Amino acid sequence: MSKKEIDELSGTQTTGHEWDGIKELDTPMPRWWLWTFYGTIVWAIGYCIAYPAIPLVNSATSGLLGYSSRANLEASLDDAQAAQVSFINEINTSEPSKIIADEELARFARAGGRSTFKVYCSQCHGSGAAGSEGYANLNDDEWIWGGTVEEIYTTIAHGVRYAGDDATRFNEMPAYGDGILTNEQIGLMADYVLKLSETGTQPVEMAEAHTIFAENCAACHGASGAGEPQLGGPALNNGIWLYGGDRDTIVAQISAPRHGVMPAWEGRLSDATIKQLAVYVHGLGGGQ
Amino acid sequence: MKNLSETVFLALAAFLALLGAAFAQDDLFRAHAWILFFVLAGATVYVMRNVRFAVTAPAAAPTEYMDGPIKLGSILTMFWGIVGFLVGVVIAAQLALPALNFEPWFNFGRMRPLHTSAVIFAFGGTALLTTSFYVVQRTTRARLFGGNLAWFVLWGYQLFILLAATGYLLGVTQSREYAEPEWYVDLWLTIVWVAYLVLYLGTLIKRKEPHIYVANWFYLAFIVTVAMLHVVNNLSLPVSFLGAKSYSAFSGVQDALTQWWYGHNAVGFFLTAGFLGMMYYYMPKQANRPVYSYRLSIIHFWALIFLYIWAGPHHLHYTALPDWAQTLGMVFSVMLWMPSWGGMINGLMTLQGAWDKIRTDPIIRMMVIAVAFYGMSTFEGPMMSIKFVNGLSHYTDWTIGHVHSGALGWNGMITFGALYFMVPKLWGNQLYSMRMVNWHFWLATLGIVVYAAVMWVAGITQGLMWREYDDQGFLVYSFAETVAALKPYYVLRTFGGLLYLSGALLMAYNLYMTIRGKVRNEKPIAGAVVAQPAD
Repeated sequence: MSKKEIDELSGTQTTGHEWDGIKELDTPMPRWWLWTFYGTIVWAIGYCIAYPAIPLVNSATSGLLGYSSRANLEASLDDAQAAQVSFINEINTSEPSKIIADEELARFARAGGRSTFKVYCSQCHGSGAAGSEGYANLNDDEWIWGGTVEEIYTTIAHGVRYAGDDATRFNEMPAYGDGILTNEQIGLMADYVLKLSETGTQPVEMAEAHTIFAENCAACHGASGAGEPQLGGPALNNGIWLYGGDRDTIVAQISAPRHGVMPAWEGRLSDATIKQLAVYVHGLGGGQ
Repeated sequence: MKNLSETVFLALAAFLALLGAAFAQDDLFRAHAWILFFVLAGATVYVMRNVRFAVTAPAAAPTEYMDGPIKLGSILTMFWGIVGFLVGVVIAAQLALPALNFEPWFNFGRMRPLHTSAVIFAFGGTALLTTSFYVVQRTTRARLFGGNLAWFVLWGYQLFILLAATGYLLGVTQSREYAEPEWYVDLWLTIVWVAYLVLYLGTLIKRKEPHIYVANWFYLAFIVTVAMLHVVNNLSLPVSFLGAKSYSAFSGVQDALTQWWYGHNAVGFFLTAGFLGMMYYYMPKQANRPVYSYRLSIIHFWALIFLYIWAGPHHLHYTALPDWAQTLGMVFSVMLWMPSWGGMINGLMTLQGAWDKIRTDPIIRMMVIAVAFYGMSTFEGPMMSIKFVNGLSHYTDWTIGHVHSGALGWNGMITFGALYFMVPKLWGNQLYSMRMVNWHFWLATLGIVVYAAVMWVAGITQGLMWREYDDQGFLVYSFAETVAALKPYYVLRTFGGLLYLSGALLMAYNLYMTIRGKVRNEKPIAGAVVAQPAD
């Protein structure tokens, strides 16, 4: 135990307590500290008067300002809706091609489509819509199911090979490895298709392959290999590939084709939203 | 007959664990029962080898301080610190490089609670137990109450950590943040915690000092409040008494509010009040100066204790929680600002008249930076609780940065300071190297600054990107785009964590050499008073 003394360095009196050599100064509380503390208390009381604060039996005090976070949220949602309602109404009653023709409406539709795309489409097609293996690139001008804004609209609304939609886009390339063509013939066809994609014209000098192509492939991929969007047959006369353009991948795709699925968005997104998406995708660069 | 009853007790407990493994209702409970069995069986064998049947004359009860649990606790604190920091670096790297997630045990979802619990409860909790044992004895001049009770509390707490940590990796969780362990682990912690309270109160009651020192008020507030928080938040009904799963007694928004009443006060009473207790002893001791203001310590203690408990709802702004509860959470958080700063003022101003020690004593410098980060975090906290700011900061990495400036800056640094003070005294040796302390200080400080600054930028970027609308009223960014934008910050954050971890490794080496009684041959720090070995 020690008694009260004056600390030499600070000139302040101690309290006279001591624990394991630790003493305490009897310094008054700093004024700025105390007044700031009082200030926050006064502010808190004021805030509780202005805003909902005190719980009562069935509800709480609503505060002088009548603030309610739920009412605020509803108001801001209403504002957002009101700002867009004239455009949305117009989109609802217009065909996609008519939307594109109206510059102001198209600008709105593209903005809405871009926003929706990032939430629902970017998972497969990528944030920049550049696609990846098995998922179509939407920036180029090759369209498996057609590149007009109406065709794009239909693809988005009904999906591709989507079991839950009767009007879905559907085709199925046969598995040529299942006894339709021999392994040798399939290898030959892969070479033929590679050549076709490199030069853009059919290599007629590969006579046997040319005949097989005409008999087996032309019906869906077009007589010249330029694709048949009505049937969803992709063009083969360019360097754009869904699953990859090396020989092994082409052989695999002819032997046992993969059949990608895209969900139908009708019923999950509003019609106006699907139209906006179609306009956005159409405007990415390759729309017809 | 030394250790006989302990052996019997441990053997019985091991047998019960074996029964638990045999009759378990699910695989997770069985795995945990086996872990428990092997630990208890090992402990039984260890204790049994030390059983003495020789009848000894009843020796007088020892009167000197009980430092055994404190020595062990100091080593465990270092160990858990390194584990916690290491897992932190790993999960930071997992966020930057998702390929580092290894299913099912080592993916981010399971490693994250391992990290938070390892740092808060294993490192922080063991540090609090250890320092409170040290402080309460020296400020009451009384030996710890209850014979071997301190050993039970320390080892019982380690068993809790082991069951919690293995549970996280196995997938046992009740999905309550910072309260993830399931019902049986919670029950065990309750027993240990009550024993801790008895130990602490018992020691205070038999004190030989007329007054109770301020550090003990804070430690006691921490022990009492954590007991209450832990019990209420973990109220639940197990599906089976031999199964891992339980269901909370609360549901819906009441459940959320209970959880954040707990969660925020875990910060308030575990990481603030408890560590203030640490600061109030070790800082004046190391500085060898009187505490700045007794009156300030009384007022800020009671204000802090009273206000903190109401601040939890600020974790639920703009949710289903009624507006009035959000208001209360916010105004109490803002009023908490000055009571929190009272601790900072008392810590910093204790150096009044001894400011030169910041230059010459790296341990004091460590404590000063700890208190500075405490002040920074306790300003940032009330600010982030304001609804307007919270609308931007909530759910972003800003919150993560805030937590880490508190945990790394305040809790970590003050614990390091306490260890550097305490370990040489416990083993009666000189500190191995003061220059390494200096290196530790700079590595850790740089690590925190990198971490916090990067998370501010990342958090604000994230918050602004989430709410960015174009002129047509549509959202501009997808969630994936905001994640991609954060990648460079995540890489930098990992680097900051590595700096902090390397500092802790340096400390472990330094203290290991200190315990072994070595002294490094080095140039003294300029201006420092060199301890002269007594002749």
